[in-house]
Amino acid sequence: MKTFLDFEQPIADLEGKIEELRHLSNNDDINITEEVGRLKEKSQRLLFHTYDNLSPWQKVQVARHPERPHCVDYIDELIRDFTPLAGDRQFGDDKAITSGLGKFRDQSCMVIGQEKGANTSERVRYNFGMPRPEGYRKANRLMRMADHFRLPIISFVDTPGAYPGIGAEERGQAEAIAKCIETCLTVKVPLISIIIGEGGSGGAIAIAAGDQVLMLEHSVYSVISPEGCASILWRDAGAAQTAAEALRLTATDLKKFGLIDMVVNEPLGGAHRDKLGTINAVGNAIEIALGNLKSRNSGDLCAQRRKRYLKLGEEITE
Amino acid sequence: MNWLTNFVRPKLKQLVKRDVPDNFWRKCPNCEYMIFHRDLEANLSVCQKCGHHLRLNAKQRLTMLFDEGKYHRVELPNVLLDPLNFRDQKRYTDRLKEARVKTSEEDALIVARGEMNGLPVVTAVLNFDFMGGSMGAAVGAGLITAARLAVAEKTPLIAVTSSGGARMQEGAISLMQMPRTVIAVREVKEAGLPYIVVLADPTTGGVTASFAMLGDIHIAEKGALIGFAGTRVIEQTVRETLPDGFQRAEYLLQHGMVDIVTERCDLRDTLIRVISLLMQSNKLDDGVPASYTLRSS
Repeated sequence: MKTFLDFEQPIADLEGKIEELRHLSNNDDINITEEVGRLKEKSQRLLFHTYDNLSPWQKVQVARHPERPHCVDYIDELIRDFTPLAGDRQFGDDKAITSGLGKFRDQSCMVIGQEKGANTSERVRYNFGMPRPEGYRKANRLMRMADHFRLPIISFVDTPGAYPGIGAEERGQAEAIAKCIETCLTVKVPLISIIIGEGGSGGAIAIAAGDQVLMLEHSVYSVISPEGCASILWRDAGAAQTAAEALRLTATDLKKFGLIDMVVNEPLGGAHRDKLGTINAVGNAIEIALGNLKSRNSGDLCAQRRKRYLKLGEEITE
Repeated sequence: MNWLTNFVRPKLKQLVKRDVPDNFWRKCPNCEYMIFHRDLEANLSVCQKCGHHLRLNAKQRLTMLFDEGKYHRVELPNVLLDPLNFRDQKRYTDRLKEARVKTSEEDALIVARGEMNGLPVVTAVLNFDFMGGSMGAAVGAGLITAARLAVAEKTPLIAVTSSGGARMQEGAISLMQMPRTVIAVREVKEAGLPYIVVLADPTTGGVTASFAMLGDIHIAEKGALIGFAGTRVIEQTVRETLPDGFQRAEYLLQHGMVDIVTERCDLRDTLIRVISLLMQSNKLDDGVPASYTLRSS
C-alpha cells in the first residue's frame, strides 16, 4: 500500500482510477489501453506539476515521507562489504546512528548515518532517528578512527533532531554534539555529508560539518522544526506551514545562501517514487565530491574546511 | 467594568507611580523578597535573603570580572542583517531594533579585554537581555574576533554564556554558527591557551551544543539552568515529571559535565586562580600541549 501525502490526493485518485481500469480489462476483453495511457500521461503531468511547485511545508512532508529511502537503503546499495561498527566505548550503542566501514565504489571509507526506520518496530528500535549522546560519541570515535587510517568519511543526515530526554541530558547531549562538530572540523580526511531527508538542527550538524555538503532536492535542513518554531514564535503549532516558509529550509534556499554545496535532483515525484534512481544519483554526486577532495593535501583539507565555515555569512548578498 | 479598568485604574496607577519608580525595588524571582536596588548591586545581583542568583546583563558581568571594573570594549564586525527577510508576528528587523534600544548594544555578544588580578584576558559575554542571548551571525562573528584576539595577544579566552540557543530568525545561518564558534575556540586551544567557559543562567540549545561545552574548564554559576533541550520539550517527549534540580548547575556537576559550581561572589577569584595556574611561566615545555594534537585518540 502506497502512502500518499495530503497534497498528492489528485494524483492518488488518478492512479486509483488507472488501477481500476486495469483490473476491469483483466476480467473482460475490453480494450482500454488507450484510456489507461491517457490517464497515465495525465497523472505524470500532474506529478511533474505538483513536484515542480512544492511549497516549503510540502517539502517537509516529502522529506519525512515514510517510504523515502533511508540511510540503510543507501548503505545497502552504495557500500560494499559494509561492516557495522557499534558502541561509544563509554556507555552503550545507539541504533539511531548506523555506522561502519565499507567500500564506496572501490574506495574504503567510514560511513556514519542517521536511520529513522521503515516500519513501526524499526522506528522504535532506531528511536525515530533521534540520536542520544552515545550515538554522537560513537560517530566521534569512528570519525577519529577514519582520520587515523586515512579513510574518507561519508555521512548520511536524516534526523528530526537529537533526542530530548532525561537520560540524554544527564549524559551530556550538548557536550556530545559539540565534540562531534569539533571532530568534523579537525579530521584531515575528506568528509562528505548528504542531507537525505530531514536535517534537524544541532542533531544534524553534529555529523554534517563537512568539506562538501550535498542535499537532496526535496530534503530540508533547519535550525528548528517548523512545528517548534511555530509554537515559539507564533505561539501556535498550527502555524507550522507559515514557519516552514519563513525558515527558508529548502535545498534551493540553502544553496542560494551558500550553506550547502550541491543540490542532488530527485526523480519525478520525489525520492520515494524511485528509490534506486535516487540512491544512484546520490552515489554519483558523492563520487564527484570525493574525486575533488581526494587530490587535496590533508593539511590543506582541514584548513579549507574551516575556512569554508568561517566565510559563511560573509557572502550572503540577498 | 470598562470604566473601572480603563479610567479609574490608570489614574490610580499614575498617582502611585509618582512616588515609587519601578526600578528601585526588585522582587527576587525565587523567594519574592523585595530587594532595594543598591543592595542588589552591592551583592552582585544575588538575593540576600535566599541566595538566588539573579541574571546579570553583559555590562554588569564585565564590571564584576575585571580589575576595578575596568575593561576595553572590542569592536566587532558588522554582519548582514536579516538575511532571510524573516517575519513571524513581528519583523525580525523590528525585534532587532527593539533589542538595540532596550540594551543599547548592537547584538547579543560583547567582547572585552582587560586584566584580572593583573593577568590580561579576553572575555566574550552573551547578553541574555538581547533577544534571549540568541546566537546568530553577529554572535558567531564576535566569538571569532574574540578568539583571534586572544591568540594574537596570547591571553586566555573566557566565554560567559547565557542564551536560549540559536536565533531562529536567521534560520540555517544561525545553525552554521555552531561550527563557526567551534572553529573559533579550536584556534584558542591549538595555540595552547586556556579557554574557560562560565555557564550562567540559562545556557541552552545550540550555544550549549557548541562553544559552551568545549571549554578546558567549565565553571557554572550556582543554580544556573544548563542543557540542550528545553524542559517543556523534554516533558512532552518523555511524559514524565523531571527530577528535582534537573539541568541545574549542581545536577550537571553530579553528572560530570562541569568542573566547578561556584557562587557568584567567588567567581572572579576562581577564574583568577584557574588562569594563573594554567598560564604559569614554568610549564614543562612551551609547545602546543600533546593532548591537543589530533592523533592522540
